[in-house]
Order: sequence, then structure tokens, then C-alpha cells
Amino acid sequence: MTLLLNADEVAPRLRDRYPDAVLEAKGSSLLVRRERLLEVARFLRDTEGLDFDYPCMVTAVDWWDYFDVVYYLNSLTRNHSLYLKTRAYGRELPAVPSLVEVWRGCDFQEREVYDLMGIRFEGHPNLKRILLWEGFEGHPLRKDFIG
Amino acid sequence: MTLRTDPVTINFGPHHPSTHGVFQMRITADGEVITNLEPVMGYLHRGCEKLSEGRTYTQVVPLTDRLDYLSPMSNNVACVLAAERLGDIPVPERAEYIRVIMAELQRLANHCAMTGFLLNDLGTFFTLFHYTMREREKILDLFEMTCGTRVTVSYMRPGGVLQDLPEEFLPRLRALLDEMPHRIDDYEALITQNEIVLARTKGVGVMSKELAIAAGCSGPMLRGSGVKWDIRKNDTYSIYDRFQFDIPVGTNGDVYDRYWVRIQEMRQSLRILEQAYRDIPQGEVRTRLPLFFRLPSGEAYGRIEAPKGELGFYLVSDGGIAPYRMHVRAPSFINLGVLRDLTVGYTVADAVITLGSVDIVLGEVDR
Repeated sequence: MTLLLNADEVAPRLRDRYPDAVLEAKGSSLLVRRERLLEVARFLRDTEGLDFDYPCMVTAVDWWDYFDVVYYLNSLTRNHSLYLKTRAYGRELPAVPSLVEVWRGCDFQEREVYDLMGIRFEGHPNLKRILLWEGFEGHPLRKDFIG
Repeated sequence: MTLRTDPVTINFGPHHPSTHGVFQMRITADGEVITNLEPVMGYLHRGCEKLSEGRTYTQVVPLTDRLDYLSPMSNNVACVLAAERLGDIPVPERAEYIRVIMAELQRLANHCAMTGFLLNDLGTFFTLFHYTMREREKILDLFEMTCGTRVTVSYMRPGGVLQDLPEEFLPRLRALLDEMPHRIDDYEALITQNEIVLARTKGVGVMSKELAIAAGCSGPMLRGSGVKWDIRKNDTYSIYDRFQFDIPVGTNGDVYDRYWVRIQEMRQSLRILEQAYRDIPQGEVRTRLPLFFRLPSGEAYGRIEAPKGELGFYLVSDGGIAPYRMHVRAPSFINLGVLRDLTVGYTVADAVITLGSVDIVLGEVDR
């Protein structure tokens, strides 16, 4: 059984290295500051004992005031998992850093989030729509989208 | 003297039988060799995730049939698993066994279809395909007998399954279990040591272990590259911990290994089915729930080892009768992320079989 790590156990190790990175550690979700996302992702991948090598799922949730960008991470070597979250504010194409350089598998999934939820991933090598066509107006998975 | 060739762009698909649906590969080729490949998708996008936000948790199940339409039973299981995790809904013992039987039959049916299609891509038009479709047909007959439909099954419900198995189901399953090992032997006799198949598939579309993991590949794509990772064992769900089975893994990560892994998985599925057939108890098949039941606010991720890889449903609830957000982690979509790496440097004909070995279904890629 994959062990869902407790965010409380991971957060102190992160705070030692990046004191301002963790905003909230609740259950198994670790909410981090947007500006620190890239460093945190590298830390989670490269730290002995964490070894998150497998980017299982990337998605986003629209909460009207902000967007939650959710990364469900796995470690195939340690068989544990964690939800890494960050927040994007604003309705006009809000931005978060792209994690493609940390995990290759984020490529298509981040493009999908950009396409359907309208979140820009800064540093993505090829950020364009993937399911809808170029020229489509709006982002259908947003709560205020009326089809 | 060296000959210079101009790069040629080939629009492979979306209306091409070898793209397994409405999928397009924009290939740039230097002579016969691929220098760049861009997958283009979205032609079958129906907005399944958005549609689910206006439907109750039970009404979401029919949407999932239309994702991976070669394995609807598995999609159903993954969908209700997420709802059951979020709401802590118990599932009766008999229903768990029925789910395992259906999911493993579905794996057999999917791998039958995939093996047939792969040989089609290799140019043996419909020779093996006829045999594999014959067996898939028998499995679909079992589904039809159980829930009235062959593809759009909608058989799983949060808290169990729609209805109990009909009386004649288990005898027919027994007959299939007796027949199937010989049929797989037949397929193997035609393919596994076939000289032409070996020449075309060995060393083609090679993916390293490291790339498979970093790119988030799953299922036979991941195991073909030698990573022993199967959700049924590593993140066990339902009652899979009760069954004895092995996880076959490849060594080279080429097209042939992915084919081989699937054939071995069919044999392991038969082992699971034998045990489930022996142990299935009598009893209830569904926990009674209100028609419009609510799930507590929160999030849950339910994942299963679908025939194509890790199929996950990420559910976010705000306490209402419908999902606030539902995301489908589709294995075909994520496995396509490596298609460029697997095809650049090979010929156009190799790209066709590499795509065949990824085993995509566009209903799931585009959702």
C-alpha cells in the first residue's frame, strides 16, 4: 500500500532549507509559496528519504478567489506519496512556475491545465493549448465559464 | 558524394486507421528517418470533467464508459473507488469479487484488442486480429449477459455493482477460463518467435527506465522498461491483496517487450480469475445509498491498474450531491508524452508500431 506521507513530517525538513516556503501543512497536502515551488520540487526529488521521482498527476481547482494547482507526487523507490499544492491568484491568466525541468511528465499535463483552466506555467518550453484549438476563447474548466 | 534531402512534413492522421482513432502525428522526416514528431490531439474532446460537475456521483459513471472505450469496466471501478474513498462507503464482499472478475476480464479483452491492432500495424492485416477479436467477443458476451450492454456498461455503482451476476454467468466464465490459455498459446505461436515480428519490433522505440519514471509512464509502458510497478500490488485496492499473481517486466523497453509484458499479463489475469471463480461468496452486491447522496467536503484520489496503466480519479467535493471538481488521470494521455523520444531517429514505419505499442484510446486521451 502506498503510504500517504503526513505533510507535518515533511514541512520541518523544508523549513530548515527554505524558511519561507511552506504556507500550510494539512493532512497530506503541502501548500507552498508560489515563488519557491521550483526549489521545493527539486528538494522533494533529490532529498534522500523523500525521493519523489514520479510525477503522478497535475491538475488545478478553481476556488473563485484563487486556483489551487495540485501535484500528486509519488516515489516508486520508497512507495510513498504526497500532494504538493500552490496557489495562483487573479482571473486574468495567473502564473505559477513550471516543473517540466524537474519532472518530464509535467509537460503535457501542465499544457492541459493551461488549456482548460487558464493558468500560465512560467518557464514551460512549449506552452500552448493541447486539447482545444488555438483561437478558442476562454478556459472551460473555470467555474465562471459558460459554454 | 553525399546526397542532401530536404525535410518533409507528413501529416499522419487524424484520418488514418493506424493512429487508433482521431489522432495526428505531425512528422518531420529526413528521407525515411524521423527528425521531429509532434502529437496533435483533442479531436475527441467532449469535456467529460466539466460535464461531471453537473451530475450526481452515480450519473458520472456513464461518462466514464466513454473514456477508454476498450475497457469501460476498469474506468467504472476507478471512478467509484474515488467516491468510496471520499465518503467511506463500504462495499459488500461479493461485489468486490465481481469487480475483480470484471476488471480482469476487461484486461484480457483490452490486451486481445491491442495485440491484434499491433499486428495490423505491422502489416499482417487482420490475420491475428480475427483470432483475438473472437476471444474479446466472448468476454463482451459475458458483459452483455450481466448488464445488458457490451461497451457502455455503466455496471459499477458507488457501494457495489448494479445487479448480481445472472445464473449462467459462472458456467460460461468457467468455459472461457478453460479455453483461454490455449488461445493465448495460439497467439504466441503466431507472434512470439515469429522472425518478421522480431525483426520489426526488437530494438525499436526503446525507452530507458529513467525516462519512463520521470515522464510518469505507467502500465505496460513502465513495466516494459523494467520497472516493477503495479498498482494492484504496490498500492493495493479492492481485494487484490488476496490473490496470488506475478508482475511481468521487460528488460529492453522496446516494442517487443511491451507486447511480451501484455501477453504475460493476460496469463496472470487468468490466474486471478481462477482464484476469484473459486472463492466468490454469496451475498449482497450493493450497499443501499440514497439516490442523491452527498459526500463530505474534501479531496480523494482513487487509482487502479487499468489495462493501459494507472487510471486515477481525483475528486474534490464541497459537500454537495455532485463533484465540485473531477480530474481524470488518463494513462494513455500521459504515456503519449514520450512518443517523440521513442520515434525520433527511427523510420516512419517504426513510428506506426511504436504508437501501436503505446496502446492509446483517444476517448481517454482527449476526455
